[in-house]
Amino acid sequence: MIRVEDLHKSFDGHEVLRGVSFQVGKGEILGLIGMSGYGKSVLLKHVAGLIRPDRGRVIIDGNDMCCLRHKDLERLRSRFGFLFQNGALFDSLTVFENVAFLLREKTKLSDQEIAEKVLYELDQVGLAGAEHKYPAEISGGMIRRAALARALVREPEIMLFDEPTTGLDPIIAHHILNLIESFHKRLKFTGIIVTHEMPKTFEIIQKVALLYEGKILTVETPAEILSSDDPIVHQFITGSIEGPIQYNY
Amino acid sequence: MLVIFLTGAFAGMVLSLQGFYTLNRFGSAALLGPMVALSLIKELGPVLTALMVTGRAGSAITAEIGIMRISEQIDALELMGLNPFRYLVVPKLLAGIIVLPLLTAIFNVVGIFGGYLVGGKLLGVSAGIYFGEMANYVDMQDILGGIYKSLTFGVLITWVCCYKGYYSGFGAEGVSKATTQAVVISSVLILIWDYFMTSVMF
Repeated sequence: MIRVEDLHKSFDGHEVLRGVSFQVGKGEILGLIGMSGYGKSVLLKHVAGLIRPDRGRVIIDGNDMCCLRHKDLERLRSRFGFLFQNGALFDSLTVFENVAFLLREKTKLSDQEIAEKVLYELDQVGLAGAEHKYPAEISGGMIRRAALARALVREPEIMLFDEPTTGLDPIIAHHILNLIESFHKRLKFTGIIVTHEMPKTFEIIQKVALLYEGKILTVETPAEILSSDDPIVHQFITGSIEGPIQYNY
Repeated sequence: MLVIFLTGAFAGMVLSLQGFYTLNRFGSAALLGPMVALSLIKELGPVLTALMVTGRAGSAITAEIGIMRISEQIDALELMGLNPFRYLVVPKLLAGIIVLPLLTAIFNVVGIFGGYLVGGKLLGVSAGIYFGEMANYVDMQDILGGIYKSLTFGVLITWVCCYKGYYSGFGAEGVSKATTQAVVISSVLILIWDYFMTSVMF
């Protein structure tokens, strides 16, 4: 479903991705882990076609993202859902309008049907009663849940999550992961989750990829990753300061 | 609107004041009305209105789109399979094309009456001479020329301000720089474009 081949990307001479390759099967969720600031979000944006690679390809259902015509890219993207780190809600619209936005623009549903669907999704993410609030009036956790409802309201086939729980308290983070899991059961989407939330996120994903020094070091099941003997994987999972990974603090 | 009223009124008033003393030296104070009207309709109206709109609306356009860019709202639009150009730029472009000529017309009318306030009420030029001579000297081509100018200014301001917002840098500093650049570039381009339009049209 999603295949990334030998992806390279540099910014101002600094090579962020140095030949990333992996694939995600239909209906699977891949967890993408790695050091902060080392290109996970950049990689996710490549998959979404928001950034063009210097070299390599992202192939979604046989379509090479770099070579699609604008119309075809728009059509492909309408099968995507993307949960941004900060939610990226439209700040001039209410929560209800944010969730309804895509339905109004891309479907022929009546206002009544849209309202029912939006209120149902908002109820699913625990935001019933907050539909008339603006993003500036709600908390970070509520923004993230509203963004989740917006991303999932059109029942996407491919979902990309950019650190969906970062910066949230453990209870809300857990709640959001539960929501993702229940949506996945309902919609059966193919997904990638960029996360630092380990091992909690491992409960809802099928595979884990570790991005290290611009490449995918390993792709394994959560159980294999957790019991891995690889010193880099082990240090990353345990969060130990001692080991082969050295930060420039 | 208040900005346009104020700048229009005072531009007309100062034109009338300066124009009266200059024309009076040559015994042509009767031509005060046409002088104020032609200066406003052909040059000052379109240019000053465009500069005011740049400062008021152009900066807001750049800041709004810039903030949407840095908060990933534009990325969100793209990922919904929607064309950000159609949603963010086209409505503003149309608004610019419609609003600029209207505001310029208001600016001109207010300016002409401001000029009469000074020339007629303060300096003693009669209303009949002020407005009568104006009708003799101002023709349709002058008015159309001003409208054409304001139309092109509308496109220019919106284009520059949307572009700078769309491609603004990172963070608050990036948006602030983009906004400053948008206002400065638009203002300079308005004056340069005005020269070329004038040299071609009049």
